[in-house]
This record gives sequence, structure tokens and C-alpha cells, in this order.
Amino acid sequence: MSARTGIFFMALAGGALPAQAHDMGGDELYSAVMLDRLETRNGKAGNSSYWEGQGWLGGDLDKAWFKTQGELRQGQAQGADAELLYSRALAPYWDAQAGARHDLAYGNRPARDWLAFAFKGLAPYQFDVDASAYLGHGGAARLKSGYTLLLTQRLALLPELEANFYGRADPARAIGPGLSNLDLTLRLRYEISREFAPYVGVMWSNQYGGTADYARQNGERVGDTFVTAGVRLWW
Amino acid sequence: MKHCFYPAMPGPISHSRRQFVQGLAAGSVLAGLGMFSLPAWAARPTELSGREFDLTISELPVNFTGWPALATAVNGQIPGPVLRWREGDTVTIRVTNRLRVPTSIHWHGIVLPTEMDGVPGLSFDGIAPGETFVYRFRVGQSGTFWYHSHSGFQEQTGVYGAIVIEPRTAVPRLREHVLMLSDWSDEDPARVYAKLKTFDGYFNYVKPTLGDLRQQAQQQGWGQAWQQRMMWDRMRMSPRDLADVSGATYTFLANGTPPAGNWTALFDDGEQVQLRIINAAAMSYFDLRIPGLKMTVVAADGQPVHPVTVDEFRIGVAETYDVIVTPESGNAYTIFAQALDRSGYARATLAPRPGMSAAVPALDPVPTLTMADMGMPTHDAMHMEKPAPAMAQHTMPGMAMGAMPMEQPAPSYTMQVRHHPATEHGPGNAMQAQVVSTRLDDPGAGLRNNGRRVLTYADLHSLDGVLNPQEPARTIELHLTGNMARYMWSFDGVKFSDAGPLRLTYGERVRIVLVNDTMMEHPIHLHGMWSELENPQGVAQLRKHTVSVKPGHAVSYRVLADARGRWAYHCHLMYHMNAGMFREVEVA
Repeated sequence: MSARTGIFFMALAGGALPAQAHDMGGDELYSAVMLDRLETRNGKAGNSSYWEGQGWLGGDLDKAWFKTQGELRQGQAQGADAELLYSRALAPYWDAQAGARHDLAYGNRPARDWLAFAFKGLAPYQFDVDASAYLGHGGAARLKSGYTLLLTQRLALLPELEANFYGRADPARAIGPGLSNLDLTLRLRYEISREFAPYVGVMWSNQYGGTADYARQNGERVGDTFVTAGVRLWW
Repeated sequence: MKHCFYPAMPGPISHSRRQFVQGLAAGSVLAGLGMFSLPAWAARPTELSGREFDLTISELPVNFTGWPALATAVNGQIPGPVLRWREGDTVTIRVTNRLRVPTSIHWHGIVLPTEMDGVPGLSFDGIAPGETFVYRFRVGQSGTFWYHSHSGFQEQTGVYGAIVIEPRTAVPRLREHVLMLSDWSDEDPARVYAKLKTFDGYFNYVKPTLGDLRQQAQQQGWGQAWQQRMMWDRMRMSPRDLADVSGATYTFLANGTPPAGNWTALFDDGEQVQLRIINAAAMSYFDLRIPGLKMTVVAADGQPVHPVTVDEFRIGVAETYDVIVTPESGNAYTIFAQALDRSGYARATLAPRPGMSAAVPALDPVPTLTMADMGMPTHDAMHMEKPAPAMAQHTMPGMAMGAMPMEQPAPSYTMQVRHHPATEHGPGNAMQAQVVSTRLDDPGAGLRNNGRRVLTYADLHSLDGVLNPQEPARTIELHLTGNMARYMWSFDGVKFSDAGPLRLTYGERVRIVLVNDTMMEHPIHLHGMWSELENPQGVAQLRKHTVSVKPGHAVSYRVLADARGRWAYHCHLMYHMNAGMFREVEVA
């Protein structure tokens, strides 16, 4: 991973600024941090907090990309992971990404490391898509997609989905093979500014197959409906 | 060098929207430590005339919006002083840099030797902090032009001013006023640019909403409205992609004065008034009109034209128009210049006395682009492009290589674009136009059928004919390309830093054909040589220094390569230029 990012930054350094006073397309570095969800969730099984965000650093075509998401329950991160990827623009609306994903250990569940690959971009009909495949531990996949329906210039309705798949059972992490969970979310967000946009929402979350069986064995809920409230932060 | 101006203020959303858009009524430029401010109507740019000029570029504290900010200015003024030259004179201009970063002055539209053109990296090395550069050249033309910095983002922060060149032969002079339009942001332009690079549509507050869909459905029915929305969504495009930077951060200025400041041009009873209108904005197109007055356009880009009387015109960035108006005695008139995306306006008043004002019109509805504006073949496009009956079918000259005149329906002013450069098919370009209009008489989105007589290029014919009547020997076709989502802009999908120069042989006559593959209008400026715009039949009719190309359009113009050296050729939208929509043209 570090070697990959090293090569990436060397490549960027090679694209030095032209001598002109105007940059005029030279590979300048830009960065963005988008904490798309920072929210509290209130379901039948109690309250938790959740974060989901990403950031990048790079030029027009090559970027270092960071993604993270996870739940905070009673002060402990659960099901949290982070990815660090090299991102290369492939098409006007699509980036190909490759790197690593780390799942954090929590409770008696061990950490996991994966090689990560993703296609991220905007599909026809304006759907945001982040489709990832992970190598290691029998393989896994994650699909995220969302749509922004502007009600007004600042008020938007955001239907979103996230699905996770695993290639084989991982009993130590209480994960079964196949589709493990599907989250459907509907949020209503108001942009006070682009950088600060509070929202409320509902989320239907369900676990499937072996993963649902593990949940039942552990006395956890298989499915739940949450009311969420949070904020999107950009900087 | 771009991180030098950070005004101490939060984002524009956090303070009074009205004050922000309207600006301050009293005082636009704070002079010196005493925060002394002039009433805006008195703050007219000083005029310098003669053969020797001293200009100093320095930082200047300003307050256009209610928030203090730091500008860069020429001789402590925004706009800088009007320079009045005389055709045939040799002028000497000493430009001193009192900034902490390099600077430069480019004389926009002036034909001069390349080393006097003021483009760092091409003409010279720029003017280092503390240094003075002496420009000296013979002025071989007359009319309305302007000057601006070609360094960093200084065009955005105030380094611009007007040039008025008197013709050698004395002509009776009317009462005249220079009216320089511009766009001001309290934000550091480097920050504005970074936002464009990082968040798609950051400054756009006219995106299509559910309300727009409902409104459209009321006019066309839900089926049609839904189908159109789906068509745009499928292409991942927005029919409201009108301006990259908007009134969300801009306050629009008339002679350095925000709308509330009511900059006033005075006239005496019975006088005709010549307005020399210059668009010195970094990013904003304006639609200008003076309710109650007809405007007779007598020059475009400083070049006299056969007079044409209109109600309104769209002025692209870097273009100039000279208009003559005949105000009625005792009346005040509003000069109203609304931004193309209707996110704000610049305003001035034409009045017999200071302190007068007239009604300020409401902003027009936000324009919505059509599929034809995107160069997509639609039933709409065919309908819109119905030619005037007397006109014959045209072929755009020299297009055999890249594009063929469309066979159906005939006669037509549309052209099928059959070829796009391979370099266009990368991440840096989002769209390839399929069918483009070659009409010069399309007023453009937001001005079509608005009940007013709107100027178009088709109306404009240079008074003294064309410099370049011979058929060009060579055609150079360039596509205007970009990807709004990544904020990449280029010619033929290749940005400046990856492109070699465009080479012309000294004395060569070329035809440049520009095909707009983007959704935006681009003002394309060639330094050092004239661009002689052709009509769809290939007849040159108008000499310009900046040619604006509408989305879904192609234009052609002739260039006589009669100036040796290295010249800049670029989109004059400053952030597009900065992103790489720029070429060096080398004449050798």
C-alpha cells in the first residue's frame, strides 16, 4: 500500500507546474473531505451513531482516495472499515480505484484486511455508484448507490442503498456467505451551505442468509427500522 | 502565487443575501487608512491621456459587499484608469509591480509586437515584484479596447481598465462614457477555483428541481416533461448548466460599483451619448439593455460596424460594444446588465443629474438549455433551426474533413459533426456534439423570442470591409471540450500543459473552425491577430478579437498570420483558461 501511494506521489511530483504565471492545466493538487453522513440512529434495538465519509487528494486524473464508515455504539466502533485507494479517471464520469480495506476489530471479532478494487462514478440517469470488490478471506463486494432529487435548490430527497456480499462464511465476525445485509435509506437534507447540510431520514436495515442466522444466535435483531438525524460536512 | 488574497470573511451564504447581491450603496473602494469613501457616482475612473503612462499595480483594501476584502488594482482604482491613446502615436507605458507576486498587463485587442503583448511565458517573463516593465509600441488602430493582468487570478481581483483610442482623423465626438462590467468575489479566486475542481456545481443555484418539473408539466404535460428530464438525466447533464461561477459568490460591478451604488453616466439635454461597454468579468456573460431606449451599435470589439439598432445584446467575456443612445431630456434610465444565469446583475444609471435613478427591471426567468443547445439531434432542433426562407442551403466552408453539411432536412443551418478528434474521448471531455448550428442569428438561450430586438453576430458587418477577403488556404478545426464534473477544459480534449503550439506560417491565411462540444458559451480570444468572423456561407463579415461560441454551435473565422512570434489563444473565461483551455499559436 505504502509503495503504491509512494509511486502515486512521485508521479504527481513529476507533473511539475509550468513556468507560466497561469497554471493552464498543469497538474495542481486539490483535496476534498466529504463527511456525507454524521448521524444518530434510533431503532428498536436502541441508539447508535454512524459516520460515512471520504476524502481525496490529487489532480484531475490521479487521486489518493480515502473512504471510511462505521457505527459507534456505547462508545465502541462496530463494523467500521477504512479504505485507502489509488484512483484513476477512466471516463468522463468514472474512476477506477485500487487499494486496501481494513475492517476494525471490535468485541471478540477480529480485524480483517482486504485488497480493494472499485468503480466509482455517476451512472446514466444521475445515479451515484460506488461498486467495490474485495480480495482475501474468500472475497467480498459492496454496492452503494444514491440519487439526489432536488425539491428546491437547497432541499433534497436522497434515496440510497447499500448492500454487502461475502464469498464465504467468516464465523469469527458472524458473517455468512452471500448477501449479508441491505440498507435502504431515505433522507431529507437541507443545505444551509454546501459545507453544512443537516438531514433527517429513515433507514430499513435487514440482514440475510448466514449473517442473519448469526444475528439470531447472538440474540440480535435481523432487521430494524431507524430514524436518523445528522449532518453532511464538506471542507 | 495564487494564495495571496484571503479576505477575512465567512462564505457568502452567511450574511445578508440582499446586501451581498446589491453591494454597498456608499463607497466601493476604500482609499488609504482613513477608510475614506466616495459616493459611488463620483467614483468614476480617472482618465490618462498622452503618449507616456505610469501604471502601478498594488493591493487595495475594498468593500463591495459589506465585508472588507483585499483587491489588486491599477493606480489604486477598480477599474484602473482609462487610457486614452491616439492612433498613430507610439505609447510608452511603465508598469510597476508593487505586489508580492509577479504581474503583467496584456493590451486586449491591440495589434502589437509579441514581446509587448504581456503574456508571461510567451511574450516575456512577467513583471517581478518591485520591478518596472516598459511597454512601448505604435498604436495602429482606434476604438474601444481594454487591458488586464495575464497573471494568476488578478483579472478577477481588479487588474483591468479601459483603453480608448482616438482615430487619427478627427471625428466629431459625442458625449461618451466607458462602462466596464465585471464580477467581484470576496473569496480568494484560488479558493473559487479549488471549489470548482472539488465540488461539481458548487456555485449553481439554478439546478432543475421538482418544482421546475411541475412547472414544465403544466405547460407540456407530465409525459413530455418527464421524458425531457429523463433524457437529460440519462446523459448526466443539466439544462441549467449556465455559469460555473454565479451570484452565489459574485457581486456584479459597473465601473467598479455594485448595483446599490448606482454608478451614473451623465448627459445634457438633447445630447446623444456613446457608451463604450466592456465586459471585463472573469467568468460572467451579461445581457444588457436600457429599458426605454434603443441602442445603436456602432462598433464591436473596437471595430466600426454598419450601425444596427437593438433593444438588448449579450456581451461575452472580453468583448466590447460601442452603442449610441438618445435619452430624452430630464429622464433617468437604468442600464441593466443581468448575468446569463440570472443570478444577479450589474446596474448603472444614465441621467441628466447625479442622484437620479429609474426602475430596475426584475431578472428574467432562468434560461433552460434545449437538446439543440447540446448539439443533439432532436425534433426541437429541427424546429428551432428553421431557416429564413430567402436563405439558400449552406455548407460551412472547409468542413469536408471533419464534418459534412447535413442532408436532411434541407435547406438547413445545422451541420452534422461526423468526426471528433480521438483525444476528445477521454475523462476530460464529457460530450460530443452530433448536430451543431452554424447560424449567427441565434440570440442564444434566454434571449430567444423574448419580445425584444436582440443583437446577434449576424447583424454585425465591419464598416471598412475585411482585411482578409481571399479564400483561406488551410482550415484548422478545433473542438471546444470540457468536463464540468471534473472541471477540466481544453481544446480537442487536450489541455495546454499537454499540447504543443499551433504553428502558422508567416503570411499564411487560415480558417479556424470552432465546434463547441460543451454546454457553455466560450469567448475565444486570439492574441496579436484579428479573427474575421464568417457567415454560414463562408463570407467574412466582422473583425473581432474575441469570438463567442454558443453551445451546440460551430463558427468559422479567418486569420491572416501577419504577426511573427508566440501568441496566446484561449477561452477568456478565466477559470477555463486556467484549467488548460489554452494554446500557444506560433507564427514563424
